[in-house]
Amino acid sequence: MNRRHLLRGLLQGACALTLPACAGWRRSAAAATVVVVGGGYGGATAAKYVRLLSDHTINVVLVEPNAQFVSSPLSNLVLGGELGLSDITRSYADLRRRHAIRMVQERCIGIDPHARTIRLERGGTLRFDRLVLAPGIEALPGAVEGLAHARLAGRIVSGWNAGPDTVALRAQLAAMPDGGVFAITVPEAPYRCPPAPYERASLVADYFQAYKPRSKVLILDANQDVVAMDALFKGAWQRRYHGMLEYRNHYNAVAVDAATLTARFDVQSDVRADVLNVMPPVRAGALAVDAGFANVDARWCAVDFLTFESRVAQGVHIVGDAIHSAAMMPKSGHLANAQAKVAASAIVAALLEQPPNPHPMLTNTCYSFVSAGEVIHSAAVYAFDDAARTFRPVAGSGGRSAAPSSAEAEFARAWAANVWADTLG
Amino acid sequence: MLVSAAALACAAMLCGVALGASVAAGAQPSNSGVRSLAATCAACHGTDGHSVVESTMPRLAGMPQADFVRQMRAFREGTREATVMQQIAKGYTDEQIEALGVFFAAQR
Repeated sequence: MNRRHLLRGLLQGACALTLPACAGWRRSAAAATVVVVGGGYGGATAAKYVRLLSDHTINVVLVEPNAQFVSSPLSNLVLGGELGLSDITRSYADLRRRHAIRMVQERCIGIDPHARTIRLERGGTLRFDRLVLAPGIEALPGAVEGLAHARLAGRIVSGWNAGPDTVALRAQLAAMPDGGVFAITVPEAPYRCPPAPYERASLVADYFQAYKPRSKVLILDANQDVVAMDALFKGAWQRRYHGMLEYRNHYNAVAVDAATLTARFDVQSDVRADVLNVMPPVRAGALAVDAGFANVDARWCAVDFLTFESRVAQGVHIVGDAIHSAAMMPKSGHLANAQAKVAASAIVAALLEQPPNPHPMLTNTCYSFVSAGEVIHSAAVYAFDDAARTFRPVAGSGGRSAAPSSAEAEFARAWAANVWADTLG
Repeated sequence: MLVSAAALACAAMLCGVALGASVAAGAQPSNSGVRSLAATCAACHGTDGHSVVESTMPRLAGMPQADFVRQMRAFREGTREATVMQQIAKGYTDEQIEALGVFFAAQR
């Protein structure tokens, strides 16, 4: 007798008294299929937890074009050679082997929420009872003139997604002569991972100190101040990179010239660099935008925070950086993982014809390296506020590091090992 | 025997709901609720508290309930020093910490 039959038997036995609930289970949940589009922190976690929370009775299909998972958290450590790309790359094999999730390594090219189908690049169609969409982000088209061309030509890296961009930026930094300038532009918030550009600038400066000590790091920030952990970053810059790293606010990049590696700004004068990393404004991934789900400023997807169901498409749950975030909630891999579990729980409940958990909670910990050996963090706990129908930080919880520390560098790596296992294992 | 606690909990939950049992607001999480609550610990401490071998994060699975509750309270009250946990622990009520302690103690 296998586990699934045992579970059914148990449920049927338990249900002599409670036929309505069990009829619901048999009719919909056992035969139901959840399709998950996107295998990042949000999508992969949702796929795994729909299986876990349904005790492996709901079928799950995960659609992801990439053969492997590459983590953006920790990817800035690749730039100075502290880690290789393989150190932040993980297999999807455990999702298939341990959780019997069907992996479809293909791009989804269209969603029909009414027919409850998605279309695949090679012509196939998948039917779903519930869809989880975790599309990540894409550059806001046309926000930085010339950038699309410069990226295609391999001249300028954006680096919003770990992978080929990470390797390209590492190569550009390695090839840059000592005495050169690395400039990074930061878009107006909100964007993916608020501390990411500042962490990247810090780790490039750390690399320069060791290998190219006459070089310079320039942070050109569209915001009026450092967006995340400002005092901690500025303290670390002053202490570690004084004279090497310069921070400039109100630098909103609007165009680039690929030939001369020059950035143009809406107000300030042009800046030329030897390695130019332009992080443009972003919006929800193309799939969500094309399907009409990005209903906030044509950039972000509004969801019901109790279930993460789209506000415009019934049966479609959206998690991760693509959503219109709750106030005080950054776009982070950790939060995508946390949101995915709330969505998975709500989906399992819905397919069991049960109400969702009325009190979902989320946690977040953002670890940021200020050097290869020192880390700072920002943490928060969120509870669902029924009246406002949103998540709010729990009063008194959360906070930041007192100071950068090597102990937190160890915790950051331990966090990565566990969140990767929780997402993929 | 591979019948998981979750399967039993799930059967119990179905019957509980069908029989009209209700759950107090945020106070006593239901069996399914506590698994979701425990999932908020999993990004750092592993799925159901099973921290991976190569991680230095403490393993919560199998921790005696009294130990879990005592440490969470110590974090919350600031009597145990920490980098992150005193900030996280303040996000949970006594009842939630008790329920999490029961859940993690039952994980093997």
